[in-house]
Parts: sequence; C-alpha cells; structure tokens
Amino acid sequence: MTDAIALDGVVKKFGAVRALDGFDLHVATGEVHGFLGPNGSGKSTTMRVLLGLLRPDEGTASLLGGDPWSEAAELHRRIAYVPGDVNLWPNLSGGEVVDMLGRMRGGLDEQRRAELVERFELDPTKKARTYSKGNRQKVALVAAFASGAELLLLDEPTSGLDPLMEAAFQDTVTEAIEQGATVLLSSHILAEVEALCKKVTIIRAGRSVQSGTLSDLRHLTRTSIVAETASRVVGLDTMEGVNKPEYQDNRVTFDIDTDHLDQAMVALTKAGLTSLQAHPPTLEELFLRQYGDETSAETEVSDGAGSTEGAEARVHA
Amino acid sequence: MNAFTGTGHLIRLILRRDRLRLPIWILAITALVYGTASAVAGLYETPKEIAGYAKTADSPATRLLSGRPDGLDSVGAVTTYEISMVGLIALSLMVIFLVIRHTRSEEETGRAELLRATVTGRHAAMLAAVVVASAASVVVGALDALALIAGGLEPSGSLLHGSVLAAVGICFTAVAAAAAQVSSTARGSLAIAGAVLGFAFLVRGIGDVGQNFLSWLSPLGWALLTQPYGAARWWLLLPLVLLGGVLVALTVWLTAHRDAGAGMLHPRPGPARADASLGTAAGLAWRLQRGTVYGWTIGLVGAAVMFGSIGPEMKTMLEDNPSLKDYLSVSGGDPVTSFLVTAFGLIAVAAGAFAVSSALRLRSEETAGRAEPLLATAMSRSRWALGSLTVTLLGAVAVMVLIGLGVAVSFAATTGDTGSFGTNLAAGVALAPAVLFLAAVAVLLVGWLPRFSAAAWALVAFAFVQIYLGGLLHFPGWVNGLSPFHHLSEMPVEDFALTPALTVLALSLLLGAVGVLGLRRRDMAG
Repeated sequence: MTDAIALDGVVKKFGAVRALDGFDLHVATGEVHGFLGPNGSGKSTTMRVLLGLLRPDEGTASLLGGDPWSEAAELHRRIAYVPGDVNLWPNLSGGEVVDMLGRMRGGLDEQRRAELVERFELDPTKKARTYSKGNRQKVALVAAFASGAELLLLDEPTSGLDPLMEAAFQDTVTEAIEQGATVLLSSHILAEVEALCKKVTIIRAGRSVQSGTLSDLRHLTRTSIVAETASRVVGLDTMEGVNKPEYQDNRVTFDIDTDHLDQAMVALTKAGLTSLQAHPPTLEELFLRQYGDETSAETEVSDGAGSTEGAEARVHA
Repeated sequence: MNAFTGTGHLIRLILRRDRLRLPIWILAITALVYGTASAVAGLYETPKEIAGYAKTADSPATRLLSGRPDGLDSVGAVTTYEISMVGLIALSLMVIFLVIRHTRSEEETGRAELLRATVTGRHAAMLAAVVVASAASVVVGALDALALIAGGLEPSGSLLHGSVLAAVGICFTAVAAAAAQVSSTARGSLAIAGAVLGFAFLVRGIGDVGQNFLSWLSPLGWALLTQPYGAARWWLLLPLVLLGGVLVALTVWLTAHRDAGAGMLHPRPGPARADASLGTAAGLAWRLQRGTVYGWTIGLVGAAVMFGSIGPEMKTMLEDNPSLKDYLSVSGGDPVTSFLVTAFGLIAVAAGAFAVSSALRLRSEETAGRAEPLLATAMSRSRWALGSLTVTLLGAVAVMVLIGLGVAVSFAATTGDTGSFGTNLAAGVALAPAVLFLAAVAVLLVGWLPRFSAAAWALVAFAFVQIYLGGLLHFPGWVNGLSPFHHLSEMPVEDFALTPALTVLALSLLLGAVGVLGLRRRDMAG
C-alpha cells in the first residue's frame, strides 16, 4: 500500500532561512498521524508544500500518489484542508463560504453539511466579518468535513474552539476515520493528538526529530516513579538508567529508562516498598524533551517527576 | 489618561512604518513642482511669450485641468497655472492614503486592538495620523515654496502657493479621517475620500469651464482662486483650514459614537446558502468587486455626463471670445472636441486606476490569506487568477463603453448635435486598450515581483502627469511612450487608428498572460 503522504528530504528555503531542512514525513493510507512541533518549526510550511502553495527546493513530495505541486488542482478534489488561522471574505456569510468551497472542490454532501452546521452550532447567516476566530474555524471545519475527502490536512484546526466544540471536532474526526479517511493533524492540544492519533512525527527547526507510534516514542523515554519505602533505598544513585533520584523522608522520586526498570524495582522492594506510582511519560513530556535544546534535553526532563509546569519552567529557563 | 493619551508613541510608529514611503511622496511632489517651475521659466521669459501663453490657455480643456486663466501676466502666474492642480491632487491622494492606512486599515486588520489595549486613548490613532499627515502637508508646502523661490519666482507669491498646498493637504487629511469613521473597511473609506476629492475636482472644473459660482463651492476651487502671483487672496486659506477643523471635530464626534472596529453602517445578516454564481473564481470575484465596480462606474459615468453636457456652454464662451476663436481656428483644433480629448483622457486614467486596483485584488486576496482556502480546493491557480481577471477585463471595458455613452448622450442631448454621437461613443471605447494595459502591468508584477505589485500605481500616476504636463515638460519620446494612452489616437479630434489600438491590446494580453504564468510557478504568500 502506498503512503498517502510521502515527503523525503524536503528542503524549503525562504531567503537564507531553511524552513524545511531535509524533512521526512510518511503517512500511510488510513492512518491518523499527529504532527507536533514548536511554533515556527515548519508545520505550516509542510502543510503548504502538501497543498502545492509552496514549491520545495529539494527533495521529493508525493500526495495520494501524485505530485502536490504540478497536480495540485486534481489532487485537491480528494483533500480537505483546515488552517489554524482561517481568513474569510468579510462580506460573505458563513453559509455562502461553505457552499462555495464545497462547489469548488467538486460538490458537498448536503445531509452532512446540515448535520455539521448543527453540531458545530454555526450561524450560517452571519457575515464573516462578524465571526469570532472560533466561528471562522467552524466555517472551515464544516466545509472540510462536508466534502467526504479521502485525506484531511488539519493545521491546528481547533485553535480557538471552546471545549464543547473541541469534543464535537474529535467526534467528527473519529467518524471520518471510520469512513477510511487519512488524517494529518498538527496540533498543540496534546490530549487531542493522544485521543486521535496512533502515530506522531515531531518536527523541530525544519527536521523530523522523532517519528513513530506513540507507544514507541514512550518506550524511548523514561518512566516516572514515585515510591515510598520503609527504609532509604540503596544503590539508586549509581544505578544505570536512573536519573537524579530525589529523597524526601521515606519518599523517592526519579525517572528511569524503561530498559532498567527491573533493577530499580528490585532495589525498591529490598527497601520495603509501601507505595508505588509509576507513569509513562505523557505526550507533554515527550514533547518538551524534543522541543527543548537537544544538548540540554537530558537534564531538563530527567530531574523532574513529570510535573508539566516544572518541566515547562525548566525548558523556558 | 484621556482620549488622546499615547498619540506621541503612535506618531513615532507611523513615522517608523512610513520612513520610506512618506519621503518618496514628498520628494516626488517637490520634484514635480521644481521641474515645472524650471520648464516654465525657460519657455516664457518675455512678456510677449507670456501673453501668447495666456491666449492659448483659455480653452475649455485647460480650464477643466487647471482652472480659470485669470491674470496670467507673470512667469509666476503661468507656473502656478501649470502646476497647482497636479500638486493639489497628488498631495490630497498622499494624505488620504496615509490617514486611512494608519486608521481604518489598522482597525480592520485588528492591529489597532493591540495598541488600544496599551495606554492609548480612543482618539490617539486618528489624531496621530492627522498630525503626521498635516505635518507632511506643511513640509510639502514649505518645499514647494522653496522650489518656486529657487526657480526664480517672487517670494511672497511662492509662500502663498506653498501655504495653499499645505492648507489643502490639511483639509483632505480631515476628509480622510472622517471617511475612516464612516465605513468599516479601508477600501470603503478610500472610496468615500476619493469620491470627495473627485467631486471637488469635478465641481471646480465645471465651475471654471462655465465661469460660474460652482468654483467657489469646492476646496480645490478656493485653492486655485487664491492666485498667488496675481490677486493673492490670502484670506481663502481661512475656509480651507476651517473646513479641515470642522471635519476633525466631526471625526472626533463620530469616533466617540461608535465601537472599535465598527463603522457607522452596521453589517446585516446574509443568506444561509450561496446562490448559484458563487462556485467559480469569476463568480466570487464579481461578488467581492461588484460594489467597487458599481461605485467607479457611477462616479466615472457621472463625470462623463457632466463633461459631455458643457458643450453648449463652451460654444457660448467661444462666441464671447473671438480672439481665442481665431487662435484655435489657426491652430486647426476645434476647442470643443479638444476639450473632449482632455476629458476622455482624465476619465480614462481614472478608469485605469480602477482596473489596476481590480487586478491587484489577486495580490491583496493572497496576502490576506484568502487565496489559500480557494487554492486548497480543486481550483487551479490559473483558473483562480483568470476568473478574477475576467471581472477586471469586463469591468474595465464596460466602464469605458459607458463613459463613451455618457459623453455621447449628454453631448447630443445638450447641443442637439447627434452627428457626433458615434464618434464620442467610440472615443471612450477606443481608450479601453490603454486601460487594460495598466491592469496588465499590475498582473505582470503580481506574477513575477509580487512584493512590488504596488509599483503598478506609478504607471497610473505617470499617465496622469503626462496628460497634465507632458506638453510642457517635454519628456523624451520614450518617456512619453511609457504611458499606453500616448500611443492611442486622440479621439474625437483625430480619427481612430486601428494599428496602435490592436498593438496596445495585444501587448496587454501578452503581459497579462506572462503575469499569470509567473503566478503559476511561484510560491504563494501565506
């Protein structure tokens, strides 16, 4: 089976800036792929390359088996796109925009349109100039999901939606997935990515720094342990794979490489384990680790017990 | 904190953002004045030469362009007569663009909200734009006076000429500030302020051709009637500045009575479903531009009807002025038809401005991020561009046909001379290729040098200056040739010439096509 999206070694330069710097991205047909990265890392540039709005300087790009640049219009019949920053024509109503974009794509499903207008509580008679950011987003979402596209390119599609609408969005994507759609979802809402995506690619400074299933990525990272023991645990400080254990009374907190979990458990048991919390790294932690500077990433994440605020504060420090 | 807090910071922001644009405008206007003053000084040195000039100047066409040829008995008066109107229009456009760019455009894009959230008062943005535009007007006026003095003209007249320029600049600054409160879009505000300027020009032009009271009803009329090197009516500065003051006061009142971001007119709900026309690029472009097309059509056809209708008045005027009649019969031109040549030229350049703004919609839609959702559908770039340009093409041609028709009908109706109906109609249509050429240059820039698309306006400005000053400034042939209008026959004085019309038309289509090709192969801005 061919990949719905295949980018290999794509370079996109804007003057001296290399917005994409040898970027690889593969999304198999039927896959729901999360696309994560800090601001300005090249996510939107990638989307715009996929849409044929930008021509890559180097590398190869393939979309649904075609060339996104030269076959743009043809391919777009099978694609729906929702940008994070939706710009609409101020004097057109939301309903008009939905219909127009649908026709330009080659028709839309009337029943689906009606359902989605209701689900997203969109007032289609309001002029685009009077819509809030969230409402403009809804117009783009209704237009995209009413089209029955094979491939959905979603670039931070829920920035600006309230939690209720966020839930409606997740339901809608789930339905599209059940219909067999392929989805590339860029988002900063990690719960959304965790809920919807099996695989993720993390981009940083125009390069792919991690790509794989969420469980693969988790495995690569450490598990956070909080344990209470009868006596002080011996040997943790020198144990391979353990990062900076912190002791407080009879409580110890540390991160551990998944491969060395076994030894640590033995050490904890010897000290008389009374309570244990272990949790795999959250996506946030994965993320912060990749977002932070590569060289200091080790220390940044390893000395924490998994508190997001803590980790975030360190990254920013 | 009061409503004007923060004005100083905003003034600095405007100066920083326009650190190139503003000096270019100011220098261009000054250069125009200095160039004209030197040319006039070289051409009309003796009283005899000046008297000769005064004779030729009294034709309906020159009255329309430059006002009443009263007291043309000195080099200063001749210089003023040549340069004043161009300078006044250029300066008025400068302040209109400046004020609206820094008030309504900022509000429309939402940037003003960021600033309003800081320590800035309700009126600060408006006041800052008004202060900068007024100061720029004073600078232009001062440089104008210096340029005229440097050109060897008498200081007190030069000073008055500079003051008039500054006063008109301040007056239209206020017009623009008020227009920015009425419409909730920058485009609408520009349309209102531009219409006021056009109307002021028209009223003054009609008044000057007919030598009647209408000249006294237009700020541009007051400006010309000061006659700096003749009657020197200093007191006419008063109504100009007064009008400016009243309009600023009105602006303050309007600002205080509306919400940020809103205009005086509130948006109404629209249809829940799109009608059949919204599904193609041309359909969308028509929907987006139809208001503009209607507005320009009404304005330009209105001007055409007025120009066509002053035929009889011109005839009376000629009968009262036998010497002019003699001169013109010797020079071989019929003053009425040469007036129409000038009138058609002016309206056609204005139609060119419409065509350029319509063609540049491609770029403005792109930079506003509104091309992206369309191009993400099955709409190809060429279809998108050609659809939008269809509206530009048909709009421009339709406007030119209606302009010809407007002149033809009103001329025939007021003179009873139906014989020239066809020629007058054709005269309008025959200028369409040049109008399309201006749009084609805009398309070429959008395709290949998108960041410099606005340079298309330079050609429109040049075509305008060429009509006004081409004869006087004696540009080299190739410079004159830059204006597409220069190549077309001057109907209704000359007969229609097919070859140049077809050449300009073919070149327009070629440039347009090359532009669209460029658009197809470049990156789209986001």
